[in-house]
Amino acid sequence: MISPNQEKVRSEEDVDFPEFIKALYQRYKIDYPKFYKMDNLCKLAFISSEILLKETGLKQKYSDEAIGIVLCNSSASIDSDCKHVESFVDKANYYPSPSIFVYTLPNIAIGEICIRNSIKGENALFVFEKFEVEFSVNYLKNLLDTGKAEACIGGWIEYSEEGFESFLFSVERKDKLEPNQAIVPFSTEEIRKLYLKN
Amino acid sequence: MDALITDLKGKIIHQLNLEDVKPEDIDDNAPLFGSGLGLDSIDALELIVLLEKNYGLKIENPEAGKEIFSSIKSMADFIKENKDK
Amino acid sequence: MGFDTRSNIQNLLNNSSGIQLHNDSSKSQIPFWASLIRDSDINAGFNEIQGDEDFSRLEKLMILSIKDALKNSDVEVTSPKTLILLSSAKGNIDLLEKTSGKPKENRVYLPGLGRVIQDFFKNPNTPLIISNGCISGVLSLITAFRLMQAGVYDNIIVTGGDIISEFTVSGFQSFKALSDGPCKPFDKNRNGLNLGEGVATIILTANKGSAGKHKIQITGGATSNDANHISGPSRTGDGLFISVNKTIKEGKENHIENIDFISAHGTATVYNDEMESLAFTTAKLEDKPINSLKGYFGHTLGAAGLIESVVSLQSLRDNVLFASKGFETIGVTGNLNVIEKTEKREMEVCLKTASGFGGCNAAILFKKNG
Repeated sequence: MISPNQEKVRSEEDVDFPEFIKALYQRYKIDYPKFYKMDNLCKLAFISSEILLKETGLKQKYSDEAIGIVLCNSSASIDSDCKHVESFVDKANYYPSPSIFVYTLPNIAIGEICIRNSIKGENALFVFEKFEVEFSVNYLKNLLDTGKAEACIGGWIEYSEEGFESFLFSVERKDKLEPNQAIVPFSTEEIRKLYLKN
Repeated sequence: MDALITDLKGKIIHQLNLEDVKPEDIDDNAPLFGSGLGLDSIDALELIVLLEKNYGLKIENPEAGKEIFSSIKSMADFIKENKDK
Repeated sequence: MGFDTRSNIQNLLNNSSGIQLHNDSSKSQIPFWASLIRDSDINAGFNEIQGDEDFSRLEKLMILSIKDALKNSDVEVTSPKTLILLSSAKGNIDLLEKTSGKPKENRVYLPGLGRVIQDFFKNPNTPLIISNGCISGVLSLITAFRLMQAGVYDNIIVTGGDIISEFTVSGFQSFKALSDGPCKPFDKNRNGLNLGEGVATIILTANKGSAGKHKIQITGGATSNDANHISGPSRTGDGLFISVNKTIKEGKENHIENIDFISAHGTATVYNDEMESLAFTTAKLEDKPINSLKGYFGHTLGAAGLIESVVSLQSLRDNVLFASKGFETIGVTGNLNVIEKTEKREMEVCLKTASGFGGCNAAILFKKNG
């Protein structure tokens, strides 16, 4: 099994998330106006995946349906959930908005990555109190070993008013590696090491 | 009418999160959907919310909306005709 | 529709539906058609179990469902080799409404809901939780199947549930996605979905002896993404086709000819049903008897995959094909063989599918042995 490339972003004190994530969008010169319609969770997932996919070139190597995405978090879509409740709780100001409601499902973050990159393979979203590395690694290993996917993006994308965290990695089948590609074996310990590194 | 159109453009930019778009970039008569601003199905539904929230006008059926939302000018016309009814 | 499988099946056989017109200002500013569970029924069932603790509507329903499923099995819920797997799109979302959108307690978060269920049944494993919109139910069965294949657990209790509150009703209303009457899946006059609430449980077991007279196996499952739009389904059905195709190719004995019927997603929105018809046609399944159960239960979101699978498993066991309630005239491009009348038929294999916001799709195969 193969090389996790990883990218990690964690919130610092007093970071204004919208400004922070917009700065990353501009820094990486991403041209994708749909970004501005996304909610915070999806913006975080999207930018993280942009960085990861640029580095790994997965889309150049694998077909649309061969790439899977399996993400986890602990707050699901709580940020958009709260915004949606605010849009209807005051009956004098009752304006539920479809563009907020659509983001009240955490798997939309996976959807946004798929749409941007035309990724059509396995997708799943799990909710844990904290990032369950062993479960994620085993689930992804199973997808790759059984041929349900040839490459996967996995990780933890969390956003709530307590803070945000993003840890994404990619994993590919060993037989698909290029000759000089740096590899790290795909295991629970390796992913945990990378996750805790920062 | 000009004030209404300027106001409408500002509200649309805000409601639809068209962050890199300025009011002067939007042509009054250009199609909003398809080409032009390239709005999608969720945007169409948001425009329905926008009309209700800002101008007190209700559209029940998204199909009826197609004609009204074809351009900024057609939206402004609709608002002007129906606003004080 | 009932608090156990038998009652639900009886209602289906009687062509009864849970869908009614509701006039409830705590859920909607205008009347809406949906299949809702009366609080009095929930409490009547629950009071027999436990009086004191302040469980939420969803928790009560999930506990009742798991208890009922356990009653008919010999699974030891307190064993470390038993896992509880929960599927829910919105969990205890009504608790968030009560505090006007300020998350004040743990149970508003899905792991908190999981903890309540785990503690009630005294299971040592943290419940696995899937929240993937409308495919959550089917995805949770696929995940459980994969975990069982890996030999990690002897038994997995898969429970899917969602309740309906103003959160969901107002949201779907803003999408103009709700029908103005009982929904009509695949019909040419369909104009939207009905929401529904409910919970269902399926227990997967490695113990071949405990499955009773009819053993049913899962023989394949896969998910995919349309990569088209976050709320609009693919215009070609190619995403769902990928799931269906991968599912059919999975087991050695999986062949298109063996599929006896399809339990589709069939929400009765214009675009979903059209998309499914294209996907099934591409998969060369357009002749297979197909139904949507949403005319009976409404769209039960995270519970849909479980509720509809329970009915489909019962269909296999009893050799009964349920009519696709609400359907009259075909109104999709794919010339599907929609079941119009409930009938008896010898069957072994069912293909169940689901699709949802975010462009996700899932498919799973159930096979009856003996």
